[in-house]
Amino acid sequence: MTDIDLTPLKVAMEEYAPQGRTALLPALYAAQEIYGYLPEHVAAEVARSLKVPLVEVFGVIDFYAMFYREPVGKTVIHVCNDPACAMAGSEPMLKRLTQHLEFHAPDEGFRPSVTIERAPCLGLCEHAPAVLVKGKPIGNADLRTWEEIVENTGHQPGTILGGSISLLTANCGRGQKVSLEEFVNHGGYGALRKALSRTPEAVIEEVKASGLVGRGGAAFPTGVKWEGTARATGSPKYVVCNADEAEPGTFKDRVLMEDDPHTILEGLIIAAYAVGASKGYIYIRGEYLRAYQIMQEAVTEARKAGYLGAAILGKGFNFDIELRRGAGAYICGEETALFESIEGKRGFPRVKPPFPTTFGLFGKPTSINNVETLANIPLILRMGAEAYHRIGTEKSTGSKLFCLSGDVMRPGLYEVPFGTPFRDLLEDLAGGIRSGHTFQSALFGGAAGAFALESHLDVRLSFEDLRTAGLPLGSGVITVFDETRDMRDICLRLAHFFAEESCGKCYPCQMGTQRQLEIMKRVLDGKSLPGDWERLQDTGWTMTDASLCGLGQTAASAVLSAMKHWPQLFQVPETLSR
Amino acid sequence: MSEIINLTIDGKQVAVPPGTTILAAAREAGIEIPTICFHEATTSNALCRICVVEVEGARVLVPSCVAAVGEGMKVQTQSERVIRSRRTILELLESTVDLSEAPEIQQMVVDYQAVNDRFPQAEERQSLPIDDNPMYLRDYSKCILCWRCVQVCAEDAQYTFAINFSGRGYETQISTFYEIPMPESTCVFCGQCVGVCPTGALKPKRQWLLELGRTPDEIMDLTRGERRSRRRRVEPDVNEQA
Repeated sequence: MTDIDLTPLKVAMEEYAPQGRTALLPALYAAQEIYGYLPEHVAAEVARSLKVPLVEVFGVIDFYAMFYREPVGKTVIHVCNDPACAMAGSEPMLKRLTQHLEFHAPDEGFRPSVTIERAPCLGLCEHAPAVLVKGKPIGNADLRTWEEIVENTGHQPGTILGGSISLLTANCGRGQKVSLEEFVNHGGYGALRKALSRTPEAVIEEVKASGLVGRGGAAFPTGVKWEGTARATGSPKYVVCNADEAEPGTFKDRVLMEDDPHTILEGLIIAAYAVGASKGYIYIRGEYLRAYQIMQEAVTEARKAGYLGAAILGKGFNFDIELRRGAGAYICGEETALFESIEGKRGFPRVKPPFPTTFGLFGKPTSINNVETLANIPLILRMGAEAYHRIGTEKSTGSKLFCLSGDVMRPGLYEVPFGTPFRDLLEDLAGGIRSGHTFQSALFGGAAGAFALESHLDVRLSFEDLRTAGLPLGSGVITVFDETRDMRDICLRLAHFFAEESCGKCYPCQMGTQRQLEIMKRVLDGKSLPGDWERLQDTGWTMTDASLCGLGQTAASAVLSAMKHWPQLFQVPETLSR
Repeated sequence: MSEIINLTIDGKQVAVPPGTTILAAAREAGIEIPTICFHEATTSNALCRICVVEVEGARVLVPSCVAAVGEGMKVQTQSERVIRSRRTILELLESTVDLSEAPEIQQMVVDYQAVNDRFPQAEERQSLPIDDNPMYLRDYSKCILCWRCVQVCAEDAQYTFAINFSGRGYETQISTFYEIPMPESTCVFCGQCVGVCPTGALKPKRQWLLELGRTPDEIMDLTRGERRSRRRRVEPDVNEQA
């Protein structure tokens, strides 16, 4: 252990040391880049450099799935395990890949060449089954050979785009990110210019008048959030872009970041101006390495061109953006857990209230918005709130990105105005169910969502219509299942996801997700015990009612929805019931 | 803001100063709300959720240990939803850890009619006792992750930072840096963690030996080495005597 040469680490830490604890995740990434994993001595040196207690560095390392305490392969392969990829054959593929692994007896300090890990949804559902090799995505991986996967010589999977309107996705699907030049030539950063010519209050009024609500799942009115942050006492203030997209089945934010990064930056800069923030963060999930690199490039371009930094566009407004990578924790999509993560801590959600608008990042007033929400901002300023309000329905304004995957003919990212019937999206735009099969159900809102049945096909996709139908819009995930799919298997995968991703802070979720998983395993194996129905109900409702954060409160949502729709699937087998 | 907040708890009129928690207001009114992770001396994290109550108009249940009272608030401490959550949380605990030395929680199990073995075939959080120092024993199969020990070791009291968490979710456990033995950690053996542990997961070593049936003499023998080593530190005196 002691033969580890800490010299390169000490050099690397010079960049992070002055920032202190907030630089912990970036510093750990840098250390892991050097040594391949994070042995004790390396962690201790990072702790010393950043002046963080040793044991808290350890706590952070062990919380995040993408930090390794033990040696891992030079090539790490993440195989996606979510419903869409499983339906496309990820399990047999995983087996096939694992057969190629050489077997080694565990040996201290030994570093294998390849490590294969099951991963939660990688946000590549339209390319299922998907794998990440050293952070680089491969779509339709079942069709590739072992060599093709390990070498990762294939093309990056491209954007699959559809829909009936093209506002948010106007710059998407070109096979590469829109350059700054091209972006500006098409009116890019014009909305920022417009915003800076007005007062911050006027910008907030415009956003309020547009009726825009958050696209990350909670649907909170964006203008109201900004107003709350703007009016809060305390400085400095922060704006944060939540790009920790990890809801199984969601990939919209990844596409926006990879194809049209400047629109997001423009939205965030306008947000900062409106609330009076001088610093912004974009927190991108660890699995989205490509999106991170593209956003990083875009930030550099924008800074060079004077859209970021001091006196933006020659006005008296100073603002800059720092990018942060998550490290494999779904919980960090929860806004307060995300703050904790930026602060260099385990991603434990905080108790609310206080809310971020008054007590957010570093305890300061903070406005945190989802990627897609921010992408709407330039649009609203360009076309005006009134014109924007005419898109969609009266109560759900604008357009919405839907991530369609599973058993549809054309899985992909679809943009439609709010109010579009589900049937139009599914049948006309996405080509309907894969040939020869019929619709059984669709999961709305991802793992934290609920199932739609055939009777829901004519529901209009708006907040108000879906609420009436008892379906969550969530972040816009729709995973479609045909008649051949065993919904118990889908529920087991979702239960597994939550058990893996629970942070462990509050009791209902910490233990409830584990019990839910155990019972779902019995259900799938046809070995339900008498009383399992009530156990699932009690566990589910206790998590829903009593958990601390949104993860726990929705961890039973899909299972409870399935129990309502298909009670027969959860029956105790004849042989076991008396 | 008015000087006094008026609310009702289980139909009873209560008047308390602003900023009072629902838990404190209820106690003042003689209404007992159960708590597990709550401790007067540590920061409340509202994580055990046993103290949840139903507040009219709130979408989910509210942790009374941290939620402040509001004017006109209507609180139910014994509603059907509250009872179901408390009972299920207790049953989850029962199925996960060894509560044999947690009399307060055992009483709650009785009060809420929680069923022993409600979750058959459940994976328990088992681990072997860690006996790595002369002062106390750590038996994490009894640990309910109330966080108190971590808190008193950190900013809530001692600023020692010897313990934190390993893993996450169901696999979470209290741990030293890379699971090193306690004497190699920054632990100063102040004993505060042992003092706030509600389940016997942390226990003074001599108490543990007594419970194992060792006689006081045996315990003296077993720990003599430690006392000897302490005596050796004053060796200069020995030389003088010689």
